[in-house]
Amino acid sequence: MSPSRKPLPAWADLALVPLINIALAFITIGIIVWLIGDDPFQALKLLVIGAVGSLDAIGYTLYYATNFIFTGLAVAVAFHAGLFNIGGEGQAYIGGLGCGLVILAFDKVLPAWAMVPLGIVAAALFGAAWAAVPAWLQAWRGSHIVITTIMMNFVASALMVYMMVNVLIAPGSMTPQSRGFAPSGQLPALMGPTLNYSIVLALACCVLVWIFLWHTPWGFALRAMGHNRAAAIYAGTNLKRMTMVAICLSGALAGLVATNELMGVQHRLLLDFQAGYGFAGIAVALMGRNHPLGVVLAALLFGALQQGGAELAFDMPDITRETVVTIQGLVILFSGALEHLPRPWLQTLFSWRSR
Amino acid sequence: MAADFVLLAEPVMDDPGSIVFLLSAATLRLATPLILSAMGGLFSERSGIVDVGLEGKMLMAAFFAAAASAASGSAWVGVAAAIAASEVLALLHGFACITWRGNQVVSGVAINILAAGLTVVLGNAWFHQGGQTPALDESQRLMPLFFRNAGDNILVYAALLSVPVTWWIIERMRFGLRLRAVGEMPLAVDAAGISVGWLRYRAVLLCGLMSGLAGAYLSIAQNAGFSRDMTAGQGFIALAAIIFGKWRPFGALGACLLFGLLDSIAIRLQGAVVPGIGEVPVQLIQALPYLLTIFLLAGFIGHAVAPRAAGLPYEKEH
Repeated sequence: MSPSRKPLPAWADLALVPLINIALAFITIGIIVWLIGDDPFQALKLLVIGAVGSLDAIGYTLYYATNFIFTGLAVAVAFHAGLFNIGGEGQAYIGGLGCGLVILAFDKVLPAWAMVPLGIVAAALFGAAWAAVPAWLQAWRGSHIVITTIMMNFVASALMVYMMVNVLIAPGSMTPQSRGFAPSGQLPALMGPTLNYSIVLALACCVLVWIFLWHTPWGFALRAMGHNRAAAIYAGTNLKRMTMVAICLSGALAGLVATNELMGVQHRLLLDFQAGYGFAGIAVALMGRNHPLGVVLAALLFGALQQGGAELAFDMPDITRETVVTIQGLVILFSGALEHLPRPWLQTLFSWRSR
Repeated sequence: MAADFVLLAEPVMDDPGSIVFLLSAATLRLATPLILSAMGGLFSERSGIVDVGLEGKMLMAAFFAAAASAASGSAWVGVAAAIAASEVLALLHGFACITWRGNQVVSGVAINILAAGLTVVLGNAWFHQGGQTPALDESQRLMPLFFRNAGDNILVYAALLSVPVTWWIIERMRFGLRLRAVGEMPLAVDAAGISVGWLRYRAVLLCGLMSGLAGAYLSIAQNAGFSRDMTAGQGFIALAAIIFGKWRPFGALGACLLFGLLDSIAIRLQGAVVPGIGEVPVQLIQALPYLLTIFLLAGFIGHAVAPRAAGLPYEKEH
């Protein structure tokens, strides 16, 4: 970086750079679509119609967005503490296990006003407990959290297969699914077949995370730790405790995916209900710049992509749902690993303009 | 769990000698992609570039190996395509982490997700089989060299050979000395007038080469074609093996063989009832590599110390 280049103005840093990064991701996927012989603009049109073209489509988009809000927030909270939680996948899975166990145990005896909060709390607690293992290992034993959370994802997956196949499978069922939840263990629907009240919970989580991070002493200590560990120690922050707080909170948020998927839509416990959302949370957090509002916006975009992509796969046989996975990968690449790519050119542009 | 059709198809024999032979052959077959991928990862990690994208590189390589082999009819074209595809992702990782000093873990995650999506998108567009490639016949695959039922194709031997070669390069060659130095203290290497970036790029390219071979093994040697997500976490097991082997070639080889043995036992025990214990939870054996690595990282079984500069982008002072 040559000294003649000035730092970018705040609005460019906050809005322009992320937009350029996303644009780069979309241009790349457009080229891929063009290379496999389809018209990228036609695909984009179908995708937009599929995502927001009807009330039903909007309901689906919001339902997918709910999952992305939970996992995006989870990654963002850990990022603020300078920690990288790539275990959202496993934490969501085990959150589902907790949610399912509690509901399967009590849904016949408890009324909905007691069962629903209990299910939500169980999802969060189990997610947090699964995250507590790598958090403890990071804080007290110095094991790198990236590696341990990856390993915990696989352990979670093995555990769930065992539980579903051997313990929780419904009698007489051919596929590894539990029996259906009684109505008291189900979240009421809001719109269409999938959108349910968990989106309200997701938005409430956004507000709570915002208050926690920017308006409480603990949130301040957490962010201080992420910015400058030495300064945080000097200010008297207990880094071990803050690591536990950050990662357990992150795990709890990831665990809440179960409230949408299991209590809201599937109404039973099953395998792989969380598939891909944990990793996509990284893309959501990066794109939303780790701010709850940004996470909501990014989650809406990803929800629209998920729904629009599914519709697109119907209309254009050469395009599969995995196109959306590819876009997620490209977004992580361009707004995460290559986030500085447009900066030098923008800086040159801005300093040339202000001359 | 890795698919191993030879093992699944075999009848259980009571003769102890043949059981030992078949189990060790199965162990080696299952360990081969882990060894290749782990040796690649070693180069990258020892140079200070963390690589959680081994899985993605292997997956992309597996797809291109099967696709090119199906299109050309030659297994060697498949191997070349696998290496090329893996190198493209390796260069992307290098471009993001070395040139643009981006977050190495984020870049690795991006590569994994990109590969998971792109292999299915391209596979569906080219072959219209739901992301799979057409089944390959024997002339399009790398077949066993000496023992028909042991699956000892050329990549198995290449994997075994790659371990001493990696050790020789890292421990005995000037390039290896510099590689280790750049992973521990890049400033010192820079001060000696050696380019940190170019050293790390070479390490990343070596990693791409090895991951390419690992991917080719999966789709055109061990199996007869590509199926979606066929790596099934083996790239991460290789990463675990690197850590388990404390970032040393022979240590990593030991870990790969151990994990391969666990996998072959898990396949053998699928549904089997052991007297006194009942049905063995195969999932527990499958989770063991990950659990063991967590225990190791926790310092309960010795200590694994990563290269000191691993994960940190190198920035020249101005």
